[in-house]
Amino acid sequence: MSLHATINVERNGFALSVDMTVFDGETVAVLGPNGAGKTTLLRALAGLVRITGHVELDGDVFDDSATDRHVPTEERQVGLVFQDHVLFPHMTVLQNVAFGLRRDGERIASAWLERAGLGDKINALPSQLSGGQAQRVALLRTLVTEPRLLLLDEPLSALDVSIRAEVRRDLARQLAAFKGIRILVTHDPLEAIALADRLVVLEGGKIVQSGSPIEVTAKPRSRFVADLAGVNLLRGRGRGDHIELDNGATIAAPGAGEDDVFAVIHPHAVALYRAKPEGTPRNVWPARVEDLDLHAERVRVRLGGPVPLVAEVTTSAVRDLHLEPGTDAWVAVKATEISVYPA
Amino acid sequence: MALAGLGLLLFLLPLASLVVRAPWGQVGQELLAPETATALGLSIFCSVTATAIALVLGIPLAFVLSRTAGTLRRVLRALTTLPMVLPPVVGGVALLLAFGRRGLLGGPLYQLFGVQIPFTTTAAVIAETFVAMPFLVIAIEGGLRALDQRYEEAARALGASSWKVFARVTLPLLRPAIFSGAVLCWARALGEFGATITFAGNLPGRTQTVPLAVYIALESKPEGAIVLSLVLVAVSLAILIGLRDRWLGEP
Repeated sequence: MSLHATINVERNGFALSVDMTVFDGETVAVLGPNGAGKTTLLRALAGLVRITGHVELDGDVFDDSATDRHVPTEERQVGLVFQDHVLFPHMTVLQNVAFGLRRDGERIASAWLERAGLGDKINALPSQLSGGQAQRVALLRTLVTEPRLLLLDEPLSALDVSIRAEVRRDLARQLAAFKGIRILVTHDPLEAIALADRLVVLEGGKIVQSGSPIEVTAKPRSRFVADLAGVNLLRGRGRGDHIELDNGATIAAPGAGEDDVFAVIHPHAVALYRAKPEGTPRNVWPARVEDLDLHAERVRVRLGGPVPLVAEVTTSAVRDLHLEPGTDAWVAVKATEISVYPA
Repeated sequence: MALAGLGLLLFLLPLASLVVRAPWGQVGQELLAPETATALGLSIFCSVTATAIALVLGIPLAFVLSRTAGTLRRVLRALTTLPMVLPPVVGGVALLLAFGRRGLLGGPLYQLFGVQIPFTTTAAVIAETFVAMPFLVIAIEGGLRALDQRYEEAARALGASSWKVFARVTLPLLRPAIFSGAVLCWARALGEFGATITFAGNLPGRTQTVPLAVYIALESKPEGAIVLSLVLVAVSLAILIGLRDRWLGEP
């Protein structure tokens, strides 16, 4: 079983252009900032949006613009779970779950609800459910129809932060029990990493990176991913032993090659001084502190200057160096702490 | 302040006069008088039939309206709302020209089948439908536009056919809009006068509905006119109270 999709959608000046293959049993998280086109991608896979391109599941062609083929949503057997659940407000929980079933609907639905621990909510209306319960009912309503492809749009974002972790564990269990292909869309990296085998990073309607969570965060290829991995991402051109950044500054980095490269610097590899440091590090720049952000015992310091960076230092360093927004400081980074890879 | 009071008085004074001048002692007697009872029965029959027809034709029309856009939508909307702003008597003339014995459709109908529509109960029903259906269409179209389309999308993703989506999701979610549209439509049909008297005439027992009977009775039997007027006021009040959450409540 596999899904092949080449999807092009253009609407109101926004263009989504995606080419992806997903294999059986895989959970793929489409991750990206708001407005990246994630929901449009899901809607296109569900057949709710007409596309240019080709979508094929296990050899069944859902969309093929060359032959003008478009299988309507109701004939695709894809399960789509909406962000805010979209339970039918005029039906009971049982009627909601039974909606997609043909024969014996209510009997099967009530068995599923019992198994999910929602037996006492069978006759409740959606408005009487908590956010977590509504999420589970919405997922059950889709799962009982035994879809060939499960699509989840921001499954946890409508939920209160306090219950998100619990519902996420629950969701991970249910996803594991579902045998087909699972695609979920999210802007929350934690959700993506917790639930998915593979991340597809979508930005501005294009896939900028794809791979396992570890691969993606180890070698970010966009600011969005770098931010979620908590690292500094610089882009420039390799000049042998140094990199010329797009803004004209240079940083020393052995083995930079002669091509366009990304350079990643971990914030804890960025050292701060009040006076220009003497000695080994070749990467020394003046900088100005823009703001400070306390994370447990560490403080993240955002720096402006020729090479904008985030440094992570201890609270005592902040005290000793009298760092506050507007402070002028010196930045040093050891060349060996910079990891360089082709862009 | 004074002008506002004057405005309010303009509404209140006529209604109060109706109540003050009503022959309270003979209300029952007047209501049971044969001609009054006939007009009431005919009014109820015609307005309910008109509302039923408006529901059957108006719901699909509202769907088409809500799913079109651009120029077509503007044209369709103008056509459906026109009867709301048209003087009813003009509607009656137009209906005569369409369904009359020499009308565009009425001519062939009469020549081929001997069917004659004007001055029949059918004509009264058509006149009421013509004038009242826009209220239903507009209310339901508004409900459709306000409806979150994702309910229908969710139903389709669960494998529901277009018919199942319509019957089990769209229609039930639209129930409040359908209900208020139907009530408005019925109230307008019940009060219809101009188009009815022009197109259907004023034949007791066949086309003389309550508003027509009120108008006629005013000359010969003012007490009867007042009692029938009170009936219409009572119906209007009942509708306002019934729909108060929708219109009289806080926005």
